[in-house]
Amino acid sequence: MRLHDTDIVDTFAEAFAMWGARVLITAETAEWAMAAAQSMTGFATSVIGCKCEAGIEAVLLEDATPDHRPGVSVLLFSMNAEGVGKRLVERVGQCVMTCPSTACYNGLSAAEQVTVGGQLRYFGDKHQIAKLLEGRRMWRVPVMDGEFLVDDQFGIQPAVGGGNILILGRDERATLAAAAAAAAAMRGIPGTILPFPGGVVRSGSKPASRYKFLHASTNDAYCPTLRAVSSETQLPDGVGSVLEIVIDGLDLAGVESAMRRGMQAAAEAGAVQITAGNYGGGLGQYQIRLHPLLEGAAV
Amino acid sequence: MSLELTLTTTPTVPLEADVISPARLTGLSAAAAAKLTVVHGNVRADLGEFFKIKGTGNGEVHVTGDLSRIKMIGAGMTEGRLIVHGSVGMHLGARMAGGEIRVEGNAGDWVGPEMTNGLIVINGNAGHLVGSALRGDAAGMQGGEIVVLGNAGNEVGSGMRRGLIAIGGNTGDFTGVGMLAGTVVVLGQLGWRTGASMKRGTIVSMHPVEMLPTFTHACRYRPVFLRLYLARLRRLGLPVTPDQLDGEYHRWCGDALELNRGEVLLLDTGETAAPH
Repeated sequence: MRLHDTDIVDTFAEAFAMWGARVLITAETAEWAMAAAQSMTGFATSVIGCKCEAGIEAVLLEDATPDHRPGVSVLLFSMNAEGVGKRLVERVGQCVMTCPSTACYNGLSAAEQVTVGGQLRYFGDKHQIAKLLEGRRMWRVPVMDGEFLVDDQFGIQPAVGGGNILILGRDERATLAAAAAAAAAMRGIPGTILPFPGGVVRSGSKPASRYKFLHASTNDAYCPTLRAVSSETQLPDGVGSVLEIVIDGLDLAGVESAMRRGMQAAAEAGAVQITAGNYGGGLGQYQIRLHPLLEGAAV
Repeated sequence: MSLELTLTTTPTVPLEADVISPARLTGLSAAAAAKLTVVHGNVRADLGEFFKIKGTGNGEVHVTGDLSRIKMIGAGMTEGRLIVHGSVGMHLGARMAGGEIRVEGNAGDWVGPEMTNGLIVINGNAGHLVGSALRGDAAGMQGGEIVVLGNAGNEVGSGMRRGLIAIGGNTGDFTGVGMLAGTVVVLGQLGWRTGASMKRGTIVSMHPVEMLPTFTHACRYRPVFLRLYLARLRRLGLPVTPDQLDGEYHRWCGDALELNRGEVLLLDTGETAAPH
């Protein structure tokens, strides 16, 4: 299949079942809310090394937040419900509670819940105060600039992680431009994030290594410097650089929508080829085929 | 179709009519509802002796007339809607556990005593002891919301343990007396001795008030949690202003004669200097 002048490989992205949460951070100003959100989503690119994947879903105006202050919506994903709970306590406690003027609210209505504020309240050293409004239990934890307000419970739900596209370009600059265009087009889809820096990852991996102590290693099939030495190379002629965009979402539809937008934008920006990372279908619970996503758009 | 009750005979002495509640009337025909028992003074009577009833109970009940001598309306209510087109007497929604009561006129004393859930909205004024403990009981309101758009009398939230009481106008003396927890918001003026003997809980007012000597000023700040409460009250029809939403509040801690873990938050209106 061709989209503009880009070859779309007939393959699939292999995605995984994860658990996700939505965290609403508000603050006195949009800048402080963003500072907390950036801190909370730092070092959260891959569950392999970071125990969770997180990113900024959206910037929220005053009328879209519980306390009518500026805010940021953050999504956090981990491999199981317990993992989401632990990471939320760590990151809300260390990155949001510490940030001046912030408050932190649950942003998901879900049957499953994990205790976050109910854990962080102990920081209040018995000076914390519980409030219950419209069925929502909150904790007021005294801090040095006033109070940190945090929801007792946060909803979590099954999610989809590891949706991806691989963008192959003629050289580093052209590939970077195509990937940046794709990432820009993919941002802002409700319920999805791109957890890597700027939404783009260059160190794509395969789930194996020649070192016994390592579970993942460089994706040599797409490393241009290994074209001549790797028997697994997948690089067509004329490709000198590859970048990947990984998508996590609260549902499959959001991940698919992001992949569709990303492929269209990368193709418009001159990508040579677009493919996707998979492990033969043996690891992930979801196989997202590229061609069906583009039906009607391809030429 | 909802059930509609119209007062035809004003009782000469207080009438206890806890049967006027969606839970008691749902599924009943008008004729069956008319045979429900009420207590007129110390005499049992039929509801139909005082009300003209039409419709069928479907979870919503409309009551029309001056019901200021009728007590216990909506008592023990667990679900449904009860709309009073007029004023009501004492003990409206006593020990209510769910549902919604709206009163277009005034309410007597003891609105929602010991209620545990649900919503009561009074468009007019309310009497004394809104959301309070009944005499001899340990705790007052234990959940739910009471909103009075007008004024309320003394001892609002007496012994309150949980929930929200909001008064659009002024309150009398001893607001939040003996409070155990929960939140009382008064947009108007507080009377004397606010928060006396409160253990925990929050009392908010938008006007300065002379605090008891057993309360200590802590700071002036913007309590974020209050923004959520005020936003909720605005949705319930109270005239919350942007200044109240965004304003700074003086925090007073007390009552030192008890646990000293209660708080009174007073909007900084600039009318009085900060205590420190």
